[in-house]
Amino acid sequence: MTEKIITKKEVEYVAKLAKLEFNEEEKEEFTSQLNSILDYFKKLNELDTERVEPTAYVISMPNLLNEDKVKPSLPQDEVLFNSKYVKKGYFKVPKIM
Amino acid sequence: MTLNQLTAHEAVNLIKKKRITAYEIMQDIFNQIDKVDNLIKAFLFINREEALKQAKEIDKKVKNGEKLPPLAGVAVAIKDIIATRGTETTCGSKILKGFIPPYNAMVINKLREAGAIIIGKTNMDEFAMGSSTENSAFGPTYNPWDLERVPGGSSGGSAAAVAADETLVALGTDTGGSIRQPASLCGMVGLKPTYGRISRYGLVAYASSLDQIGPIAKDVTDCALVMKVISGHDNMDSTSVNLEVPDYLKSCQEGIEELKVGVPKEYFIEGIDPEVKAALEKALKIFEKLGARIEEASLPHTEYSLPTYYLIATAEASSNLARYDGVQYGYRAEEYEDLSSMYQKTRSEGFGSEVKRRIMLGTYALSSGYYDAYYLKAQKVRTLIKEDFDKVFSKYDILITPTSPTPAFKLNEKVSDPLTMYLSDIYTIPINLAGIPAISLNCGYSKSNLPIGLQIIGKHFSEETILRAAFNFEQNNEVEKKKPSIKPAKHKGVKK
Amino acid sequence: MREEVVIGLEIHIQLMTKAKMFCHCSTDYIGKEPNTNTCPVCLGLPGSLPVLNKKVLEFAIRTAVALNCEINQVSRFHRKNYFYPDLPKAYQISQYDSPLGASGYMEISLPENKEKRRIRITRVHLEEDAGKLIHEGDIASSSYSLVDYNRCGIPLAEIVTEPDFRSPEEARIFLVKLRSIVQHLGVCDGNMEEGSMRCDANVSLRDAKSSTLGTKAEIKNMNSFKAVKKALQFEVDRQKKLLAEGIEIIQETRHWDESKSVTILMRSKEEAHDYRYFPEPDLLPLKVDLKMVEEIRRSLPELPEARRERFIKNYQIPEYDAEILTSSKALGDFYEKAASLYSHSKVLSNWIMGELMRYLNENKVEIEDSPISPEKLVGMLKLIDEGIVSGKMAKGIFEKMFKTGKDASKIVKESGITQITDKNELFAVIDIVIKENPRSVEDFSEGKEKALHYLVGQVMHYTKGRAKPGFVFEALKQRIKKI
Repeated sequence: MTEKIITKKEVEYVAKLAKLEFNEEEKEEFTSQLNSILDYFKKLNELDTERVEPTAYVISMPNLLNEDKVKPSLPQDEVLFNSKYVKKGYFKVPKIM
Repeated sequence: MTLNQLTAHEAVNLIKKKRITAYEIMQDIFNQIDKVDNLIKAFLFINREEALKQAKEIDKKVKNGEKLPPLAGVAVAIKDIIATRGTETTCGSKILKGFIPPYNAMVINKLREAGAIIIGKTNMDEFAMGSSTENSAFGPTYNPWDLERVPGGSSGGSAAAVAADETLVALGTDTGGSIRQPASLCGMVGLKPTYGRISRYGLVAYASSLDQIGPIAKDVTDCALVMKVISGHDNMDSTSVNLEVPDYLKSCQEGIEELKVGVPKEYFIEGIDPEVKAALEKALKIFEKLGARIEEASLPHTEYSLPTYYLIATAEASSNLARYDGVQYGYRAEEYEDLSSMYQKTRSEGFGSEVKRRIMLGTYALSSGYYDAYYLKAQKVRTLIKEDFDKVFSKYDILITPTSPTPAFKLNEKVSDPLTMYLSDIYTIPINLAGIPAISLNCGYSKSNLPIGLQIIGKHFSEETILRAAFNFEQNNEVEKKKPSIKPAKHKGVKK
Repeated sequence: MREEVVIGLEIHIQLMTKAKMFCHCSTDYIGKEPNTNTCPVCLGLPGSLPVLNKKVLEFAIRTAVALNCEINQVSRFHRKNYFYPDLPKAYQISQYDSPLGASGYMEISLPENKEKRRIRITRVHLEEDAGKLIHEGDIASSSYSLVDYNRCGIPLAEIVTEPDFRSPEEARIFLVKLRSIVQHLGVCDGNMEEGSMRCDANVSLRDAKSSTLGTKAEIKNMNSFKAVKKALQFEVDRQKKLLAEGIEIIQETRHWDESKSVTILMRSKEEAHDYRYFPEPDLLPLKVDLKMVEEIRRSLPELPEARRERFIKNYQIPEYDAEILTSSKALGDFYEKAASLYSHSKVLSNWIMGELMRYLNENKVEIEDSPISPEKLVGMLKLIDEGIVSGKMAKGIFEKMFKTGKDASKIVKESGITQITDKNELFAVIDIVIKENPRSVEDFSEGKEKALHYLVGQVMHYTKGRAKPGFVFEALKQRIKKI
């Protein structure tokens, strides 16, 4: 493979979107791995799909709909149970903006 | 023979006949876990006390002459990607370590109602991403047939636990082969049901349009037994289909004379191990003997399955795994400067490298400017792959293929090269893309005594047919069924 | 160059279902303890799955049909991906390239030139609401935010208009009418202050001769009709000033700061999100049965426009009155209830549009919570008609009614401020007035009608307005004749 499909700069952009951070070495590694994977994926371009409908769902059936009925919510202690970062019934996060 | 070596249907019958108690089975199960799991490492958590308690309750019912549910006293191991109320559910990831869901997956409720006993949670590739169970944050699982080898993945813990008689049956999940490939590599029976057959409620999503839960068992009958219990419509899952659940056990009893079998030629070309090919050819002869009509078939878009799968699965995964952000549950980085760095550090420290690689790939495939070239393209090719199957199934009742191109490979053999690892799923992936059912069962062993699996594929909601074909083959296979002899010592030093 | 103002609106309305959009938690979240109105589904816990509420679909179709939209027989849900602490799945389930309703319109009437304008509705689509972030103490000094997920999964319909507004006032008129429509449909309470109706706007300027749009700014956080008008006017002025100074307008998102009455920069386009929309795999395409749409269309309730026409016809009130009385569902209901008990419909509309609305506005009370019910208002008006109180007295009584919630008759009884009905008592006053104003009596006798009015006024003055003017008028005439 000679031509890069995804550049290191794009890897950095994608990492930002995915909220992941990598050191320089990892960035290089990811760039090279993603390039070889994407290069292999270029295979799909052999196919003319101009007039093919995309498939997002493999089944088709009437929509399942909920009745508009209220059922009990979870108690607060169960909701907060899995976090160490709780204050007065809220989840605590670093300040936004 | 110890009771943990029984199949589930044998155990249920013996309990019903009061020949053995559920408690006795459970004791043998935990004895076996104590004996071998330090070598196999199939389990992440064990519910010993609760399981023994539930076994006693079953025995009480037997004593009182109460009617027993279909899986009364059957030990079930659950892949750790299925939510269990009050029991840690980690998906093999550091990011979910310590997470205890306040709800059960629908299949857990169904198993419990059927009298099954959940004995523990099994190891897996992190978020089901992998084919060897080496991608678990909690260390790999070892193949009971050869401890230097992988059990397959991602449901490697479940398959190894069943193979090592540490449980009677197990549940796995299958997004691109994660039930069938480890079942094959461990010599067990594994079924990936039709998409929509079993509720996904409580199955932690990897790729939502491909994921299905299914059983891993010691024989086809057990598979049918568990399928009957866990199948069916659920009003908590919009993609679960409202169709009656057939009596899978009953349908196994019929023969397969005149069954039209297609053997797709595209599955026998590059990379297939000669021993696998030979075992499959031998198996096809048996099908022929049983009256099935075998013909070569063609699935022309097979070679495009792998890129199609990885684009769709990783795109969905990038969104499904975005919720692990350290806010509400699971891991949060210790040190960070602000919100953005909390997110980045949490996710970078919490996810393993394969998960990060797939999130990156999927995010890229969906990102502005690339959607059409990658994600949309893959969805269109998915249509072509699906149409391939529609076409062959207008001619054939089932398809027979190998499950995996090779028997179990060695630990660390493929870890450093993601593409080679991806290739171990080439026979299973197209089935998920089409949303159809397939079962993998053992058809023989390699010279080095490693199990080889064959895959039977059916059309949508034809689980009855593939179970029947599998059962007929299993009953008439000329290769004698073996159990692994778990030999310790050997794999020492292999550990990372 | 003559600059033309171009405004488009994006309005979110909270649909008044009992349960949330994809789960069975209640939509009644306001005032609840934090994180007590949630479940695995709306918390986005691993393994949970969404199932659409039937009523949400029905309400959204009702809204789209009332806005003359075409209903897509197959629409789809998409995931909108972004990280934010109030979004527990890190994606919002929304609709993207195939919304439920599209290509609709709504007509508004502009009072200044009696012109009718058709505002095109681009789309009506469904999406789920996010949670809320709370800050303790001073936002600047606090190092953390607090997250409450109670609002997560509340059903919203988003209504997007084409950039068809040419002034902030047009946008305001549209919003008032839209609110009345969704209230009449029974799909949303339209409360902007509480956030059950929210509005964002895109504002740009262009050369009136050109058809290409200028660079737009998106304005957020406008929490009342007044705020919408003020914020949009501020933004128009800001952009005009920039253009006048030759500064290029940049695409950005701006936040309306109500306390300072300015819009402030939130983020520029460079920081705009890449939302990576893709079809939500957990929800199958939404198929809408045409029969269902027709059924909904047939059973649409009376909308404000039809109601206004009916008010004009049935109650013989001016168009202006009818327009105001139908500008909110509750106001229209109040008027109709009162009109069913009282036949002087114009007197009624005067009192409602005058005194009642003034008190409600001054005290920031919604008409639904008015201490004066239609029955009580009518009770008071009847006291006037019966001559027990005068119109002037009634205003004082009305104020007391508003403050205490008591019936007019009770207030009258307690304070004794009835009209003087005792004729002897009145004649005594009249006699005093005649005696004290011989000049006026004389003038009247000589045919100067005006003098009589002065004398009536004097009697009213003596009785502190408690006399019935008509009676006093006649009585004075007779008395003076007798002299």
